[in-house]
This record gives sequence, structure tokens and C-alpha cells, in this order.
Amino acid sequence: MSKHTVNIIIDNVEIQAREGQTILQAADDAGIYIPRLCYLKDLIPGGHCRVCTVKVNGRPASACTFPVSEGLVIENDTEELTTLRRNVVEMLFAEGNHICPSCEASGNCELQAMAYRLGMLTVTQPFLRMPRELDATHPDVFIDRDRCILCGRCARASEAEGKRVFGFEGRGINKRIAVDGMHGLKETELKAADRAAHACPTGCLRVKRVGWKVPVGERLYDTTPIGSDIEQKQPVG
Amino acid sequence: MSNDYRKVVQEVVAKFGKDRTRLMDIARAVHAKIGYISEDTVGAIAEAVGCHRVEVRDMTSFYAFFSREPKGATMIRLCDAVVERMKGAGAVAKAFEEALGIRFGQTTPDGKISLAYTSCIGMSDQAPSALVNGKVLTNIRPEDVKSIVEAVRAGDLHDGGVVSVKSVESNLRQAGPVIFAPFERGAGIRKALSMSPEEVINEMNKARVRGRGGAGFPLAMKWDFCRKAEGSAHYVVCNGDEGEPGTFKDRVILTECPDLMFEGMTIAGYAVGAKQGFFYLRGEYEYLLPYLEQVLAKRRRLGLLGENVCGAEGFDFDIRIQMGAGAYICGEESALIESLEGKRGAPRDRPPFPVQKGYLGQPTSVNNVETLCCAARIMERGAEWFSKIGTKDSTGTKLLSISGDCEAPGVYEVEYGITVEKMLEQVGAVDAQAVQIGGPSGQCIAPKDFGRSICFEDLPTGGSTIIFGKDRDLLECMEGFLEFFVEESCGWCAPCRAGTTFLKMQFEKLLKGRSTREDLQKLEETANTVKFMSRCGLGQTAPNPVLTTLRNFPALYEARIKPGEFIPAFDLREALNEACSITGQKPHDVEV
Repeated sequence: MSKHTVNIIIDNVEIQAREGQTILQAADDAGIYIPRLCYLKDLIPGGHCRVCTVKVNGRPASACTFPVSEGLVIENDTEELTTLRRNVVEMLFAEGNHICPSCEASGNCELQAMAYRLGMLTVTQPFLRMPRELDATHPDVFIDRDRCILCGRCARASEAEGKRVFGFEGRGINKRIAVDGMHGLKETELKAADRAAHACPTGCLRVKRVGWKVPVGERLYDTTPIGSDIEQKQPVG
Repeated sequence: MSNDYRKVVQEVVAKFGKDRTRLMDIARAVHAKIGYISEDTVGAIAEAVGCHRVEVRDMTSFYAFFSREPKGATMIRLCDAVVERMKGAGAVAKAFEEALGIRFGQTTPDGKISLAYTSCIGMSDQAPSALVNGKVLTNIRPEDVKSIVEAVRAGDLHDGGVVSVKSVESNLRQAGPVIFAPFERGAGIRKALSMSPEEVINEMNKARVRGRGGAGFPLAMKWDFCRKAEGSAHYVVCNGDEGEPGTFKDRVILTECPDLMFEGMTIAGYAVGAKQGFFYLRGEYEYLLPYLEQVLAKRRRLGLLGENVCGAEGFDFDIRIQMGAGAYICGEESALIESLEGKRGAPRDRPPFPVQKGYLGQPTSVNNVETLCCAARIMERGAEWFSKIGTKDSTGTKLLSISGDCEAPGVYEVEYGITVEKMLEQVGAVDAQAVQIGGPSGQCIAPKDFGRSICFEDLPTGGSTIIFGKDRDLLECMEGFLEFFVEESCGWCAPCRAGTTFLKMQFEKLLKGRSTREDLQKLEETANTVKFMSRCGLGQTAPNPVLTTLRNFPALYEARIKPGEFIPAFDLREALNEACSITGQKPHDVEV
């Protein structure tokens, strides 16, 4: 990473960023949280969810992919962007078949936590209720595509650890996460200890036999909103 | 039989090499031989190429022309675009269903013929049209269908084989000085080679020529960025994936003057420092492939391609044609590059731009077919001559693909700056209610705007021009456009993947007369979210059919909405009526 620094402005606060960083990485370092779902630290950004969309010099761009440069003026925490992000999160809820009250991921789920953080009260889009396949063939990991938001984190994590367990198939509204086996996940190289098996932000890709170990009430987002860890890093301003 | 697919895959991979970037060609060739790509075949391809099964599945499940299920040996794809519907595709569809005894999406019981719909195939000027195993049928009338099916069954669907089958017409209605004027092969290249690459780029700069795909990026800037970008190789790509519903100008260029385009590609290669050019041809235009290969072969024989082009020491340049397989999104330059690399056509995030990191991560200039023709002509006639045509910010001519409710649909080469009014007069469109400028992703304008000019400063367009007569149900046409974007969204990003479907559903509710003012506000909000949040041009323009008609035809929406706060999308009474008629009971008077 280059040692050269550049100055950028996020919501009227000037921060320093290292050349080569993306807007999202620079904001994280400065303790400014930009909401995101498909981004996972150390992985190549995917640009799938668009929740991290900010205004860069007045134009929309995804913070997870946009490189910093001297003098960028960025809008992040505005009412307009919060509404647009909430609308996209709502679409994800209506697109999939989510079961928050009975989902094992509830409380640890980034999608659910994001909905809370962005102030989503209900889903105003019609639920699509499309059939989505469940893959429980693997002895230690299962995929419940009902809860997949196609963030691609599992696929990128798998590639990063030298495997190619996941990919996509289909297009448009019929796009789904796919696995590198003819008869399901059991034929892939996936191990429960792989980072890929733990990369899912929702209840889609889960390791078996560890469900409900942490009781509801003591889970990641039960007491503090998503993004708190970043905001607590160093107070801004 | 079980070993057959393995043998086919091995033969095909031997032909293209164990090359991951040629996966599109490999899959196309295998598909052509076996008729579909089974999960077994996917595995065999992966093994033979040396990649993962999931990569092959990813790519082959993306393109509309790859079937993962067994299909008939003959695949009839009837074009279901909005203009085709306006010209009677519905009645033709019914005739096909009756003649074959199956519905769309099905295969005849003998397993021989399959019937499917397809997006615009670039024949709006001679609609209704269909693709039968790659062969194009045009101007189909319902009464022709029976003989078409007979010919298909007899295996006799060649030109002249069936009286009623019409082949593709050029429909070049107006030739202008830039694209369709006579051209001497090699004249542009020889002129370019007498200059330095920088001087060639400067000539484009003086001509002020901009990209013809619709975005209007200055050509000289693109070439200059690409030339200066560091890389182990530079590439030139010509985007022949015109898929915007209602466009067919490239079809006419490829039929009338492909030499001009290849000449432009060669000049581009010289200017940016590329040895390899790719011409990406949309799958729907496969019927043009043999002819285009002939043209390339002739150019190689004449020394206009290959080593030391035109005798210029050290300038080697050749062109390979890459076939697409049915995906509108591949007209987006970064998606096209992904496709060229043998992957699903998903666009990339920018920056970096293709001129910095394009094909295989190297600097790549992707240009429109028409733009490259302009480049060749500018070399031949000079920047000064070119820049005098058109307007200040839009020099030269523009090809318009005009279809819909007019007397003379076809391609018109017009000078930039022409008013919509003048254009309508020329094509014989009286009483137009609306004109779709730039296709579904462009804008739908009302008569109050017919005095405006077609040029980058006012009404920019890639060329698709659809005219709606006074009796058309305009919002129904817009719904067809929304369906198109649902079909063609690549699915990479959430707002476009899901949002286009929600837009369509909300619009259906409106057309069913079940929307209130609140629904209308929601429709606009969804449209704005998709536009603002989407990753690429497809999602960013997919809501335009809604947004531009909301702006220009508000009365049409007002007339459709109902008073009150809320009406459910689901019609309980209608659902009960159906059940009642089946069971022979009388419906109770239910409150809905």
C-alpha cells in the first residue's frame, strides 16, 4: 500500500486517506461508518449490494470500489442516501424468503441489523416468494437459498483461500448462488473451518450443529447497531 | 450415447485449444452439436478446459441462447419486442401455437421443434420476425405460419424454399456522406499510416467525433487514454452487440459496408498500438457471420490485415470475430469484455475504465460499429470536412433505426441537428402520439418536444427511434419495455436485479386499474431508487420508460389511478369467479 496520503471530505469532515484505498476503507480507518452488506474486509470488493452507495462529487458511486483521490467530496450520512439504501434493503427482503423470527442468524444477521439501522419498519414491495433450493448434502455446512442476498461473499472468500467452491448461475431475478459439484455442496472442497463457510451475512450459508449456541439477547447486534465497532474506533470531529 | 458428449467436447476443445478465454466459443460449438448443455456436458467441458465446473455452469446459464435442458433440433424464437407486438406478433404467436400444438416454452411431443420468445433481434423495420436455428424470418403473417412449420418439418427452410418466407431486407432509406457513401478499401488505412499514431488521434480530435453508442464520449480522448495506458498489450474491440430494442443500424452497416468498419478498427489498432482486434457480433446476427468472415479473408489477402499492414513495417494487426449468445447487457462495454474473456456478461465497477484495464486487464478501446466507420471516413476525407457536418458539439451524421407507426421504417443517415418534426415528416409519420428516442433506455417524448433536435446537446440517441401513433396504448408499450429490462438485467447488483421486477409489478397493478395516488408515488420512488443505486447503465436507465412518461404524459397516469388509499394487487372477486365457474357455483357478493 502506498504511503502517500490524500485528503478527502466525508460529510463535511476532512480525513486523510492512503493512496490506493477505497472510500470505504478510508472511512473505516477514520471511524466513519458507511453502511454495506457485500463488503468483507480483505476480499476484493464485489459491488453487488450497492448499499454503500455514496455521492462522490455529486454523483453516485459504490464506496467499496471507488478509489480515493485528492479532494474528493463525499456525501454519506444524508437523509436522501439513507432512504435510497433502505429501499434497496427492502427489495432484498421482498426478493428472498426471509424468516427473521425463526432464523438462526437472527441477531447476528447483517441484513436484519442493516434494516434496523436504516429505520426500515416494514416491507412495502410485494414478496416474490420464488422457489429457491436448499442444499443440505454437505456433512457440516448447508445452504438455504431462501435467505441468500447474492452478496457473493462466500464465492470471493473461497477464491481467496485458493478454492472455487461457489459461483453464480442464472441471470437477472433468477440468479442464484451455485456450487462446484454436480450433486451439491458435498462434492466440493468446502470444509467447515474455511473462511468461506463463515462469510455469509445472513442465514443462508450456515455451519451445522452450532445453531442457537449463543442465546438470543446476547448476539452481535442485539444491543448495539451494526457499524458500532467502526464508529467506536475513534470519535470523529 | 453417454460417451458422445465427451467426444464432442474433446473435439471442440481440441479446435479452440485448452483456453479458458474461449469458453464462449467452446460452449457455442458444443451447443450447436448436441442442442443443449447438460450438467454432464458442463463437467466434461470443465475437465477438458481445465477449469472448475461452477465456472462453466456460471457462464452457460447466463446467455439466453444456451439451453440447459434438451430442446428440439429446431428452435423457433419469435421476437416479442414492443414494436413486433405493435406489428402483430401476438397473432403470429397464436398461429405458431396452433400449428405446432404446443405453447411457448414447450417442445413438440416428437421432440423435434421447440418454441420460445426472444428479445428484439434487430428486425423492427420488418416485424414480426423470428429466428429459426439462427435463420431470420421477417414480415411474418399469421397465414404464413402453417407453411413455415411445414418447411421446418420437411427440413427445407432455405431461401426460396418456402414462398412466404422473406429474408432480411436492408431497408436503407437514406444514405448520407459519412457512412453509406462509396468507399475505397484501404484509403483510410494508407492515410493513417502516413501519419504518426498521435497525429491520427489528433485528427479525430479536430473532427470532434463522439461515440455513436449513445453516451457520446469523445473518440480522440478514448484512444489517447488507451494509447497512454501502460500494459503488456493493447486491444481494440468493436461493439457489434446492438441490442437496444428498435435498433438495427449495425445490421445495415454489416450488410452494406462492413469494410468501412474493419478499416476503422485497423486505424484504431494503429492509433492505440494494438495488434489484436475483436469484433463482438451479437448472437442474433449469426446469419451475417459467413459473409463477415469472407470480408476479413479478403482484407487479409489484400494486405489490409495481418503482418505489416499495407506494407507498413512493424504494424501487425488482425481481427477475430467473437459471437455473442443472446444478452443485451453485453452491449455495455465492460460486460462485453467479460463475455470476450469467456465469462458471464456482468459489467465491472469503474474505475478502472476499460481504456486502463480492459480485456485480460490490459488497455482496451471499445468502440461502436458506427463510430469506427466515422473514424475510417475521417481518415479518408479529413477532419475539416467531417467537422462541417452536423452541429457544434455533434459533428457528422447519425444513423437512425426508425420503426413503429410510420410509412417507411428503416435506416436513415441524417445530419446531426435534425428536428424530430422533420424526421417524422421524412418517414411518413402523421399524428404521432409519442416518439421513443434512444430506445427503451432513452426517453419517450411528447409532441410538445417535436421541435427539438437530435444531437448530443439536446436529444442524444444511440439510434433506436420508435414511433407511437395516436391510437397506441402508450403505457402498455412502456410495460413491454419494463418486461425487457427484467429479462435482460444481469442480476449482479440488487437494485437492478430485484428493482426491475418490482417496477414491472407496480406498473402491472397500474394498468389493471388497481393503483391509487399512493401507488403512483411508490412507483416513482422505486424508479428513482433503481436509477440512482444501480451499478451500470442498464439499471440506471431501466426506469426511463416510467420516469420519462411520468414527466411527459402525466395525464395518462392520472387517468389510470383510482381514488382511495389502497387497493390490493390481488383481485379476490376475479379469483373467486374463476373457481365459481369451475365448480358451477354462484359467487357471493364479497367486499374486496
